[in-house]
Amino acid sequence: MSVFITTLLVFLVFIIIYQIGKASEYASVMRGEENIKFRTNRVIAWILVAFFILSMYGIWKCNEIFKNLMLPVAACENGVKYDNMFFVTLAVTGIVFFATQAVLFWFAYRYQATPTRKSEFFAHSNKLELLWTTVPAIAMAILVAIGLKNWATVTSDAPANATVVEIVGKQFNWLVRYPGKDNELGKRDFRKISDANNILGLDWKDPHNMDDIISQKGELHMVVNKPTKLLIGSRDVIHDVGLSHFRVKMDAVPGITTTLWLTPTITTASMKEITHNPDFVYEISCDQMCGKGHYSMRGTVIVETQAEYDAWMAAQQTYYAENNAASAPTAANMAAPAAAKPAGDATPKASMKP
Amino acid sequence: MNHAEIIIDGQNVAHHAAAEHHDHDHHEQHFIWKYIFSQDHKMISKQFLITGIIWAVIGALMSVFFRLQLGFPDSTFPIMEKFLGEWAKGGKLTPEFYYALITMHGTILVFFVLTAGLSGTFANLLIPYQVGARDMASPFMNMLSYWFFFAASIIMLTSLFVETGPASGGWTTYPPLSALKEASIGSGIGMDLWLMGMALFVVSSLLGGLNYIATILNMRTKGMTMTRMPLTIWALFFTAVLGVLSFPVLFSGVVLLIFDRNFGTSFYLSEIFIGGKALPHIGGSAILYQHLFWFLGHPEVYIIMLPGMGMASEILATHSRKPIFGYFAMIISLVGITLLAFLVWAHHMFVTGMSPFLGSIFVLLTLLIAVPSAVKVFNWLTTMWRGNIRFNPPMLFAIGFVSLFISGGLTGLFLGNSALDIHLHDTYFVVAHFHIVMGVSAFFGMFAGIYHWFPKMFGRFMNNTLGYIHFFITIAGAYLIFWPMHYEGIAGMPRRYYDFSAWESFKHFQDINAFISVISIVVFFAQLLFVVNFFASIFKGRKVTNPNPWGSTTLEWTTPINPGHGNWPGEIPEVYRWPYDYKDDGHGGDFISQTTPLSPGEESH
Repeated sequence: MSVFITTLLVFLVFIIIYQIGKASEYASVMRGEENIKFRTNRVIAWILVAFFILSMYGIWKCNEIFKNLMLPVAACENGVKYDNMFFVTLAVTGIVFFATQAVLFWFAYRYQATPTRKSEFFAHSNKLELLWTTVPAIAMAILVAIGLKNWATVTSDAPANATVVEIVGKQFNWLVRYPGKDNELGKRDFRKISDANNILGLDWKDPHNMDDIISQKGELHMVVNKPTKLLIGSRDVIHDVGLSHFRVKMDAVPGITTTLWLTPTITTASMKEITHNPDFVYEISCDQMCGKGHYSMRGTVIVETQAEYDAWMAAQQTYYAENNAASAPTAANMAAPAAAKPAGDATPKASMKP
Repeated sequence: MNHAEIIIDGQNVAHHAAAEHHDHDHHEQHFIWKYIFSQDHKMISKQFLITGIIWAVIGALMSVFFRLQLGFPDSTFPIMEKFLGEWAKGGKLTPEFYYALITMHGTILVFFVLTAGLSGTFANLLIPYQVGARDMASPFMNMLSYWFFFAASIIMLTSLFVETGPASGGWTTYPPLSALKEASIGSGIGMDLWLMGMALFVVSSLLGGLNYIATILNMRTKGMTMTRMPLTIWALFFTAVLGVLSFPVLFSGVVLLIFDRNFGTSFYLSEIFIGGKALPHIGGSAILYQHLFWFLGHPEVYIIMLPGMGMASEILATHSRKPIFGYFAMIISLVGITLLAFLVWAHHMFVTGMSPFLGSIFVLLTLLIAVPSAVKVFNWLTTMWRGNIRFNPPMLFAIGFVSLFISGGLTGLFLGNSALDIHLHDTYFVVAHFHIVMGVSAFFGMFAGIYHWFPKMFGRFMNNTLGYIHFFITIAGAYLIFWPMHYEGIAGMPRRYYDFSAWESFKHFQDINAFISVISIVVFFAQLLFVVNFFASIFKGRKVTNPNPWGSTTLEWTTPINPGHGNWPGEIPEVYRWPYDYKDDGHGGDFISQTTPLSPGEESH
């Protein structure tokens, strides 16, 4: 009922505004239409100018507000190239933006109708058309050239010494699989998946799987200044590995494996200092709509030194061991496998250095 | 071609010279045939427009609801519970329904408002008027086009009320999310209704589009050569061509999805484990759907943009009292945009893992579109140069259209370049880009058209004062809403998120999100002002007394103020010149109608 009354009230207000608007218009008609027309015209022209100036102020203000909210410096080599290209594109489009908008509003003001003005019959000019066909074409050619060069770099094959890590999306978290001691990811098959004890469907007949490590918290560890290649997959629907701090993302598509590689250059610890934010963390956002929990599908990237990486790796259990340990007491602890205490049979490995 | 008398609906066509009263001389058409199952292009155009407005209000209201969630994730709004019931229990949107809302907002605005509501309205209204025809090539098919659209609307509307909610996989409805009931509750019956609605929508669009093309090609009046057609007609022509060639591809995509959902096929599905079990599907490709979808989806954005471009061209010229600058360049750029529109779809898919080489080709073709677009912008600017500009609401909206088209078009250069898209993809930068360029800008084209042709549609003017208020709130609001979103996107903030508070990287944008939400509510009410102005003016607006109130050159203004079925009471006028002769007519006027023969010694354009 109250909704109905509110709607009715809103509607009533609109009707009143409409009537006022109408009355003012009739009044203007009575006062002599021609004069009023030109006066209104002048007022509107001024409002357009004011709008333009206020907009310019607004853009400046917006820059001020956002200055300290933007991403920190790119955390990988290609990311730095990305930022450079971004600013080149921003400069090109920025110039065009300010020039054309200024001209638009300037013309609107300058050529507003007055009682005496006559428009000039100026219907075409091949010279002008040629000019503003070729100039944008050249500008585009430059942007395309820079773009394709960077695109080729970012999509090139990963260096041979890259660490290979698999990241798999599922509703609604990331699973990260490390190859373990043998430095080789074993085969997996979606038909072997079981949420209870084989979350990625590892084929236990493949010996490469026996030492694979899975982070079910979606922790992606990378060694600083060392290329890491991601094999990206999905268990169910399409997800997307979004790595804003590294200026890349790639879809995770069920049925196919996509790849991405990057060389992180700034550790998480250094980034905390750079951003003056002790809580700083590289986040993996799911950037492809994947269902009701899409907004909470979060993973983290930990960029660390080789020593830290080795230490972390040494503390991990293989998924096989973890799984066997977990299956004995109860199935309930699968929700927090990382918290599950090593049951003793899984001897921590000394070093996982590949 | 058709200057010989064409009889449409036999006795219903009024051929009396007493234009103002012709309807009364004839026996009245029954209400049902006049207002509901009408075959008159003018009435069908009004049907499309009013249905479109209703949809636009629903779609915009949805955006208000989800903006409340985005702006104030910790607050509750009991009013939402009144509207949405269980979906907003306690005044807070559930994530499921948040996703349903954004999905339906996109679907409604893109298809039901900016495709059907926009082309449906103006192609129907302007094509017969401006080419000099008594009606469409097939008025009956034209009527069917509306009623298929109506059926699609009813089905889509119904999906809002089913228990599991409407489709909620995003307006692009990518499988497997949209294909599997286990993946999301919106992929249940809601998705089936979405697919059925879209299939009917495609039928409507094809019936309409074929009709528009046939009418433009075959039913032009004597003297109306192709190069004497107003740019609105050129734009609507290419819009129809785009629709006819690309909508069937969407249709096939939709049908395959229906098969995958209901008949156990594996077109899009492969190696999926969901709902606790592995599905039997193998060998399908989820990416195939995206190719089929975007093969329509990209031309679709030009289906949305072109009518606005055409109308802006017409309106800028008319109210600047100057010919459109570079008429032929405008046509050629339309051809260029139309051709390229078919060759760039995969720029929506740079990060799907498709071949980088293929990506490069699409980068090149995509950025190529900037060239004809730039030509159009510069021509619009030059049209205003040394004009005699009247700032009435249609002109203001046309200027706003150009401003927004520039702003939204330029950000396309970032997204079309794969090396930049790889970070910006699916962030708020994309949201800002497409809302400005094909959302607000297209809306401005539509508003310009409505304010401009309202006198022709209803014989009355819309209220100017309200038009001015509407314009300034909307353009300022649009920039205030979408400008900051670019920054959020550059900072990596992903789109389609229900809540950012758990994210270290994005949670500090909360205040800005709240600001955007407040503005969007203001803008929503400004649009209601337009709606009130529109409906009130139909009945109460100032009456049109001059059949050609804007001093326009085109044929629609040579009809009586309230034309009957058949448009011209007597012979269809003959055309002697191009549509932009805004120059001294030798008698103190500043325009020469297309129906005026060339004076001795005058050169045709």
